[in-house]
Amino acid sequence: MFYRESGQYKTTYESDQAIFPIREDRIGIAIIMAMALITPFIASEFILASIMIPFLILALGTIGLNVLTGYAGQLSLGTGAFMGAGAYACYKLATIFPDINIVVLILLSGVFSAGVGILFGLPSLRIKGLYLAVTTLAAQFFLEWCFIRIPWLYNYNASGAIEVPERRGFGDLILTGPSATATTRYYVVLAIVVVVTLVVKNLVRGRIGRQWMMIRDMDIAAELMGVRPLWAKLSAFAVSSYLAGVAGAMFVFFYLGAAEPSSFGISLSFQVLFMAILGGLGSLVGSFFGAAFIWILPIALRVGLPAVGVDVGAEIIFQIAQMAVGALIIFFLIAEPHGLARLWAIGKEKLRVWPFPYA
Amino acid sequence: MDTLYAVFVDPFAQMIDMPDFFLQVLWEGFVAGVLYALIALGFVLIFKASGVFNFAQGIMVVFAGLTLVGLHEKGVPAWLALILAIAVMGVLALAVERLVMRPLVNQPDIILLMSTIGLTYFLVGFGEFVFGGEPKQMITRELGLPTGSTAIEIGENGLLILQHIDIAAAAIALLMVAGLGIFFNKTRIGRALRAVADDHQAALSVGISLNQIWVIVWFAAGIVALATGIMWGARSDVSFALEIIALKALPVLILGGFTSIPGAIVGGLIIGIGEKLGEIYWGPLVGGGIESWLAYMIALIFLLFRPQGLFGERIIERV
Repeated sequence: MFYRESGQYKTTYESDQAIFPIREDRIGIAIIMAMALITPFIASEFILASIMIPFLILALGTIGLNVLTGYAGQLSLGTGAFMGAGAYACYKLATIFPDINIVVLILLSGVFSAGVGILFGLPSLRIKGLYLAVTTLAAQFFLEWCFIRIPWLYNYNASGAIEVPERRGFGDLILTGPSATATTRYYVVLAIVVVVTLVVKNLVRGRIGRQWMMIRDMDIAAELMGVRPLWAKLSAFAVSSYLAGVAGAMFVFFYLGAAEPSSFGISLSFQVLFMAILGGLGSLVGSFFGAAFIWILPIALRVGLPAVGVDVGAEIIFQIAQMAVGALIIFFLIAEPHGLARLWAIGKEKLRVWPFPYA
Repeated sequence: MDTLYAVFVDPFAQMIDMPDFFLQVLWEGFVAGVLYALIALGFVLIFKASGVFNFAQGIMVVFAGLTLVGLHEKGVPAWLALILAIAVMGVLALAVERLVMRPLVNQPDIILLMSTIGLTYFLVGFGEFVFGGEPKQMITRELGLPTGSTAIEIGENGLLILQHIDIAAAAIALLMVAGLGIFFNKTRIGRALRAVADDHQAALSVGISLNQIWVIVWFAAGIVALATGIMWGARSDVSFALEIIALKALPVLILGGFTSIPGAIVGGLIIGIGEKLGEIYWGPLVGGGIESWLAYMIALIFLLFRPQGLFGERIIERV
């Protein structure tokens, strides 16, 4: 009734190949974009700064992992470190070129993390599956060590942490640094995430994305059919770590404000992996669902439990939240192993025939 | 030239110069390797029987140790605490099989891996909730484990110090491997385990209960975890930091191959000794602290030449 594609005829190739071929989808995405744009006017500073901004950034990181694991089928446990590579690259760029717009630098810093990603992706040509996952742990721990032991990366400052400098752009707007408002940071993050997501969407449904999926589904068969594994796997690593790097740079510049090596530890890698899997591997919309779920659930528990009268210490709430997240992950894997994106698809399928499910 | 000298000549000169120190480092590496091997053993047990890559083995070690120490703190005598801790691991095995593994049967590897990471989260929260997050002292003496140390003189005035607890750890690890070997090869259940490892469906068709076997392997892995927890706790403390160290078992597994018990032992020793030697003799060249990633790099390099690990079964791929 509300969501039905019958009667929408496509008369040109352009409309047939559109990202959202169904009119209801276009209306839906327009509503979501409008809501995202007016969020700063209705949401509080807290919601904006500690929920919406990190959610969008982590969603981008999850998309990065999803390109690698969901589309190209290469399991990675090193996303946190690739995000760190992007963040440190961006920090160096921002201090070396203080006059260039920070948004340009953030998009550029992904290139460096992409290089690192290609380097650590090389073993994937020979190693597969869980074995590859362990070799990505090598990247994780080696890069973390680099962030501590190479003082050049953090400009030799005594604390060993990177502090985000204040940068202006787009007129005289303060984009980063302690005095940047949450609203400004939110809009910048939103713009970058939307544009990059659009690019990735076109990548994965184009020639290169199809090659990734062939490699994922059966690499030997893909090779026999003319896909070059070297090119396909390394490009997946490059795109994935580019996205992770951009997400990492934004994570520091627009959310954390300052970062130390432990910000990009193995727990961040796991967190992003959870987001990708719970959201649904091989689905971009799922990345957003997964990021929202994993990021917001612990915060909701922390804020919600005292609100409903369960008044215990902050530490116990943290522990309960962790138990709940663990249990919910297992529950979700049992209930729907293909993730929230699959639930979304089922919902749309149901809506398509509603209110006559047997017609 | 200087760099080459520092990399290829200097470390060996140091080794020959101070043989007692070299032996001490070797011994430390050996003991660390034994502990890695013990964790890897738990991984291998579960992977062999169910194809599940059990990420939670590390936290199971912490959890088992915490249960033991926590119960003792509440006033339970040491021997009873030990029995109760074993019982808790049994209950955990039952719960994991019933609530996690059974509903997820036949799912792809990555889903099973994720479920064990979920289990890790749960156990971390649960362990902190019940026993508190601060590090605890292992009850070494109460359990009747040796605590002193022996010094052996080497050469002129060299001294090699062996902690008794380390010797005990090595001995217990040896006993456990021997015990597991006998269990796998000589008993009825052991044969059933090997059958399940070979082929789930064939095992089912000759009347082996998969569910029962899974409870048994998770329980066995739990006992291995408890032993590891005691040994590791006696060397440092029982704390959640162990969880990260337990990740070192992954390169060990890679070296040894996921399904081989001797592989886990040999891999553990190679990693343990390799990273200690690397840290002491080559670490200073790049600023130290390389212990955190050297194990993974060693494994990575090994894998490039032998993708199935040292003792793993050969991977044959067909379209």
